[in-house]
Amino acid sequence: MRNFDAAKNHFELLGLSEVFELDAAQLELNYRALQAKVHPDKSASLSDSEQRQAMQRSTRVNEAYQTLKSPIRRARYLLGLKGVDTQEETNTAMPVEFLMAQMEWREAVVDAEKSRDIAALDTLDARMKIETRELEAELRDKIDTEHDYPVAAGLVRKLRFMEKLAEEIHSAYDELDN
Amino acid sequence: MALLQISEPGLSTAPHQHRLAVGIDLGTTNSLVATVRNGISVVLNDEHGRAMLPSVVRYGADGGVVAGEAAQLAQSEDPVNTIVSVKRFMGRGLTDVGDTSRLPYRFVETGEPGGMVQLRTVAGVKSPVEVSAEILKVLRQRAEASLGGELVGAVITVPAYFDDAQRQATKDAAKLAGINVLRLLNEPTAAAIAYGLDNASEGVYAVYDLGGGTFDISILRLSRGVFEVLAANGDSALGGDDFDQRIHCWLLEKNQLSALNPRDTRLLLTLARTAKEQLTDYPEARITAVLSSGELIDNVLTQAEFHSLSQNLIQRTLQPLRRALRDAKLTVADVKGVVMVGGATRMPQVQQAVGEFFGQTPLTNLDPDKVVALGAAIQANLLAGNRTGDDWLLLDVIPLSLGLETMGGLAEKVIPRNSTIPTARAQEFTTYKDGQTAMSLHVVQGERELVSDCRSLAKFELRGIPAMVAGAARIRVTFQVDADGLLNVAAREMASGIEAAIVVKPSYGLSDADITRMLQESAQHAVDDMQARAQREQQTEANQLCEAVQNALAQDGDLLDVVQRAHIEAKIAGVREALQGGGQQLIKRAMTALNEATVSFAQARMDKSVTRALSGKNISDLDIK
Repeated sequence: MRNFDAAKNHFELLGLSEVFELDAAQLELNYRALQAKVHPDKSASLSDSEQRQAMQRSTRVNEAYQTLKSPIRRARYLLGLKGVDTQEETNTAMPVEFLMAQMEWREAVVDAEKSRDIAALDTLDARMKIETRELEAELRDKIDTEHDYPVAAGLVRKLRFMEKLAEEIHSAYDELDN
Repeated sequence: MALLQISEPGLSTAPHQHRLAVGIDLGTTNSLVATVRNGISVVLNDEHGRAMLPSVVRYGADGGVVAGEAAQLAQSEDPVNTIVSVKRFMGRGLTDVGDTSRLPYRFVETGEPGGMVQLRTVAGVKSPVEVSAEILKVLRQRAEASLGGELVGAVITVPAYFDDAQRQATKDAAKLAGINVLRLLNEPTAAAIAYGLDNASEGVYAVYDLGGGTFDISILRLSRGVFEVLAANGDSALGGDDFDQRIHCWLLEKNQLSALNPRDTRLLLTLARTAKEQLTDYPEARITAVLSSGELIDNVLTQAEFHSLSQNLIQRTLQPLRRALRDAKLTVADVKGVVMVGGATRMPQVQQAVGEFFGQTPLTNLDPDKVVALGAAIQANLLAGNRTGDDWLLLDVIPLSLGLETMGGLAEKVIPRNSTIPTARAQEFTTYKDGQTAMSLHVVQGERELVSDCRSLAKFELRGIPAMVAGAARIRVTFQVDADGLLNVAAREMASGIEAAIVVKPSYGLSDADITRMLQESAQHAVDDMQARAQREQQTEANQLCEAVQNALAQDGDLLDVVQRAHIEAKIAGVREALQGGGQQLIKRAMTALNEATVSFAQARMDKSVTRALSGKNISDLDIK
C-alpha cells in the first residue's frame, strides 16, 4: 500500500485527533478501512517480501488500534506523546485510602471465589466498572481540558490498579466455571 | 521450504486466468476439498460421487498406502496399521494422548523430550504429520484431476483452539503433501464466511463447532464485509469420537467385558458410531456383534440412555462458551444467531443444550459437514487473487495466550489470548546473576499460571553474553504471530537493532530437514511429481544457500583469514558446479560440504552480533541455566 508511513503515531495512522476523548465508531471505521488495505490476506498471492511487509503493516495497525481502543493504554500513549512518563513501575506513592480500598476489593474477590458466590462477583464487577468509568472521565478532563499531565499520570497509575482488579475478577469467573 | 510459493519465470499466469485454489477441511473423521467454480463454492466429489473422504490411512507391508474408504473398510480387520482420527495426535506427545489402552495402535515415544507421538506400523514408524499428508495427497489429486491443472495453493482449516504445535504440524503435513498453504484458517471462521456471505448477515454470531475430535466456539461480529472474531475458545480434545467412546464403555459394562484385543475394540467403536448416528433419527438403536472369542453382543440403546451417557460431554462444551462470551465482553442477549458446524451437532441433545443456553433455535440451514470446506474454498479463491467483485476482510484472533517462563516456573503472558492477528509484542529481559553469560528462554502457550500446566513450545539459549553485574544486560525478545496464527520468536539487540538470533520452531514441529527426509521417502512410493518437486526445491535451496553465504562473506568477511575464506569460496563453487547438471545426491553432498565449511564462520557471526547486542546495556528476571 502506498502512503503507509511507519513514522506516523497511532492517532495519525488511524486518522484521529490527538485527544483522550474518542469517537469509538470513527476509530472502528478507520481501523477497518486501513486493515482492508494492509492485511496479509490482500497479498497472499504476492512475493514473500510483499507478504512480510503486509504482516508488519497489519501488525502495526492492530497495535495502534488496540492501544487507542483501551482507555488506559490510550492515556498512557497520549501522555507519552506529551513527554510525560506515567511511572507505573517506579512511582508507588498512592493515597493511603486508595490502597486500602484496593486491598478490600481484592479480599472481596477472593472471598467471592472461595464461597463460589456468583452474585457477589457480579456486584463487585459492576462496582469496579463504575469506578473505572469515573476515573476515565476524570482523566479526560485532566488531559483534554485542563492539560494537567502530571495529575493525569497519577490517574493512569490508579487505573492500572483497576485493570489488575478487573483481571482478577475475570479469572475468578473462570475459576468458578471449573 | 516456503519455496513452493515462488513461481518459475515464464510460468506466471496471465492476468485474467483463473488461478486454481481450493479449501481443505482436514477433519478428525472426514476430510473434504472444495473450490469456487463460476462464482459458487462447491465440494469436489471423488469418482464415485462421494464428497467426504474418511480420514483413515492404512499402511501395507509392501510399503503401499491407501487413504479413505478402502482404508476405513479395513479398520476392523487391520486396526494396528489403519490409523483413524490421526488429527488427535497432531502436535501431541504421548502424555497428551491419555489412555492409550483404548486405542489399537502401537505408540512410539520419540527420543526428544516433548516430541510428537509416533505410530509403529507394518510399513515402519509414522508421524501423525506423515499420516495426515496421505489424506491431503488424495484430496490434492482429486482437486487437480477435477479442475484439470496444478493448484496455486490451498487454504487448510484447523480448529480455532489448536495451539501453535498443532498448527505447525498441520502446515508441515500440507507441505509434505506438496500443497502450497495460502493460509491456515480457523474452522468456525471458515463456516462463518460461508454462512455470512450466503445470508448477508450483520450482527454478533456464535459458531458452535463440534467435530469428530475437536470443539470450538467462536464469537464473531459481522458487519459490512468484515468478519471480526471477538473471542475463540474450545477444547481440542473433545468431539464426536468421545460420544462413541461413551457408547463403547457402556457396551463393555453391559456385557461385563474387559481388555479387548485391538480388532474387537475397533469393531465395537465402529458399531458405537453407527448407533450414535441412528439415535439422531430413531428412538433406539440395536447393536449386535460377534467378538473374536465367539461371544455374541446384542444390546439396545435408547435415546434417553444415550442422552444421560453423554450429558457431561455436552456440559464440557458450555464452559468454553461462557468464557468466550466473557472474553468478548458480551452476554447471551447480544448474540443474534448461533451457527451449528460439525457432524456431531446433528445429535438432538447437542442442539437442545445449545438452544437452551442461547435461548434461541440454532441455525442448521447449511450442511454442518460441508460448511467449513465451502468457506475455506471461498477464502482460498480470494487469497489466490481471483477477484470476485465483492471483497471482504477477515480479522481473526489467537486462541491461547503466549508467554515466557520466568523465575519460579511461572508463565508470564506476552501476547494475551484473543489478540487480533497478525500481532507482535516485545519484552525486555536481563541477567539476574553477576557474570552470567547465557540466558535460556522457554516459550509456552496456555492460560495457566504454572509453566508445567502450559504447553511448552520451544526452548532456546542465548550464549556469549559478556560477563557483567546482574541486571546490566538488556535483551529484547519479540513475539510475532502471523496471519496463520503461527509464532516466531526473535531476540534482538536494543541499540543498533541488529537481529542477534533465532527463529524458533515449536518442539512439536518438524524441522525442514525432517520434512525433506519425509518428502524423499514418500517420493520412492509416490507416482506423482513429488520427486521432481523435491529436486526443484533443492535447486532453489542450493541457490539460496550460495547467495546467503556470499552475502555473509560480504558483510562479515573480516572475521575470516585468507585460508578460511578461500575454503568457503571453494565450497560455494562446488555447489554451483553440482547445480550444472549434477544429480540430487551430488547437489546434496555439495550443500552439506558448504554447510560444514561455514559452521565456525556462522558461530563467529553469531558471537559478534550477540556481543554487539549486549555490550554496555541493563532489566527484569528470567530463569537461567
